Amino acid sequence: MLRRRVIPCLDVADGRVVKGTRFVDLVDEGDPPELAERYAREGADELVFLDISAAPERRATLLDIVERTARRAFIPLTVGGGVRTVEEMRDVLRAGADKVSLNTAAVADPTLISRCAARFGSQAVVVAIDARRWRGGSDDAAGADLAAIWEVVVKGGREATELEAVAWAERAAELGAGELLVTSIDRDGTGTGFDTDLLRVITSRVSVPVIASGGAAGPEDFVAAVRDGGADAVLAASIFHRRIHSIASVKAAMATAGLPIRLVPEIAA
Amino acid sequence: MSEADAARPRIAIVDYGAGNLVSIEQALTSVGADVTMGRDAEALRDADALVVPGVGAAAPAMARLERRGLVDPIRDWIERDQPFLGICLGLQLLFDGSDEDGATTLGVLPGRTSRLEDAPTLPHIGWNQVVRTRDHPLFEGIADGADLYFVHSFAGVPADGTEDVVLARTEHGRPFVSAVARGRLLGVQFHPERSGTDGLRLLANFVGLVRAGGPAPAGVGGAAGMVA
Repeated sequence: MLRRRVIPCLDVADGRVVKGTRFVDLVDEGDPPELAERYAREGADELVFLDISAAPERRATLLDIVERTARRAFIPLTVGGGVRTVEEMRDVLRAGADKVSLNTAAVADPTLISRCAARFGSQAVVVAIDARRWRGGSDDAAGADLAAIWEVVVKGGREATELEAVAWAERAAELGAGELLVTSIDRDGTGTGFDTDLLRVITSRVSVPVIASGGAAGPEDFVAAVRDGGADAVLAASIFHRRIHSIASVKAAMATAGLPIRLVPEIAA
Repeated sequence: MSEADAARPRIAIVDYGAGNLVSIEQALTSVGADVTMGRDAEALRDADALVVPGVGAAAPAMARLERRGLVDPIRDWIERDQPFLGICLGLQLLFDGSDEDGATTLGVLPGRTSRLEDAPTLPHIGWNQVVRTRDHPLFEGIADGADLYFVHSFAGVPADGTEDVVLARTEHGRPFVSAVARGRLLGVQFHPERSGTDGLRLLANFVGLVRAGGPAPAGVGGAAGMVA
């Protein structure tokens, strides 16, 4: 049976792993390949690098850390952040990434999804969707317009769009996304749990796997994202980086809840 | 094969411009292979074994193999029962054709590549259990039912009467073929280079088989060599 995945996300800036409230107050946390290898050893099922560099030489730096990571951590690696063209995606894959996640650039030009999928296959194309409840929108998850209560935001959550998040999710899957990474901007960084309403609406409407993101505080949130939200995989950053919870403890909670997970040898033994 | 070669067998990764090759190159190197990138027929000549990786669709992959003059050399290699490992698309290409885009593929295994039936999600992405139908040294030291990493929507379906090539199956909706073996021809639908320690073990087993068996003389076929 297919396992539900636990995925640590590493924010990377100028070749280093950083932490902080997203994009501000960044603190250097170490060498990306080194941390990636540690997570792989501790049972991560995949890794995501989110490149938040601002420097002009960001591209070369990113490719270097992707390659060094691919040479050390033998689990799948997704790279997101600033990929705008088929050529940029090609370079990131060649450096050793297995998937690339597209966000703002795909919203600006949805054909980027189909062009990347045609060239590299859907399995390599993750579309990241940052969703926020409409300002003043209903919180009533049983409402008739359930699917219309989230909008897509871009540029790291700073800029609103006119897009309905659920409709965009369906469109992205039709265009060839092999996976959707759905982040609740309302919950991100708050530790109040994943937006399982959002997840449930999207997972009920697309057949591609959905990765839940934004709001994890503890192992029970991972359980809820899968059980209530229907997520295939669950992503988190700070609770792992700050060692508030280990991947093993999250997986143990998921196993106790009866969810299929991959036990790593050290844990299974 | 000289003694020095025997210690570190030369494995050519067939490079036809398909995505990430860093992982498979590094993984094979780390388990004791001397890895080269095979971009044309010449580059395959001195190899002790071929590995064909790849993800994505069959038609563009076949087109790129054709363009680099690699289709006939790969067919000849397999006909001579030389050590071969196909990974993911590299396994699917072994069959006659693909239902994904109607492509005609290598045709060294009877059967077709078809979309996974009744799959709850597609693509099938993630770790899933690989259950063997028989013992094989490729899986030595790996628990039956071990979780290995998959990324695909299609899988090879051997023609009726040729199911004896099946080495393992995995379930996603319905069971599909996740590993095949016929003589020195091996194929896996999962990505051993992305499957942690069990994946590295499988690649180490492959390198060990190459080291032990060496290339078969031309014209020798069947199940000899690798399983010995």
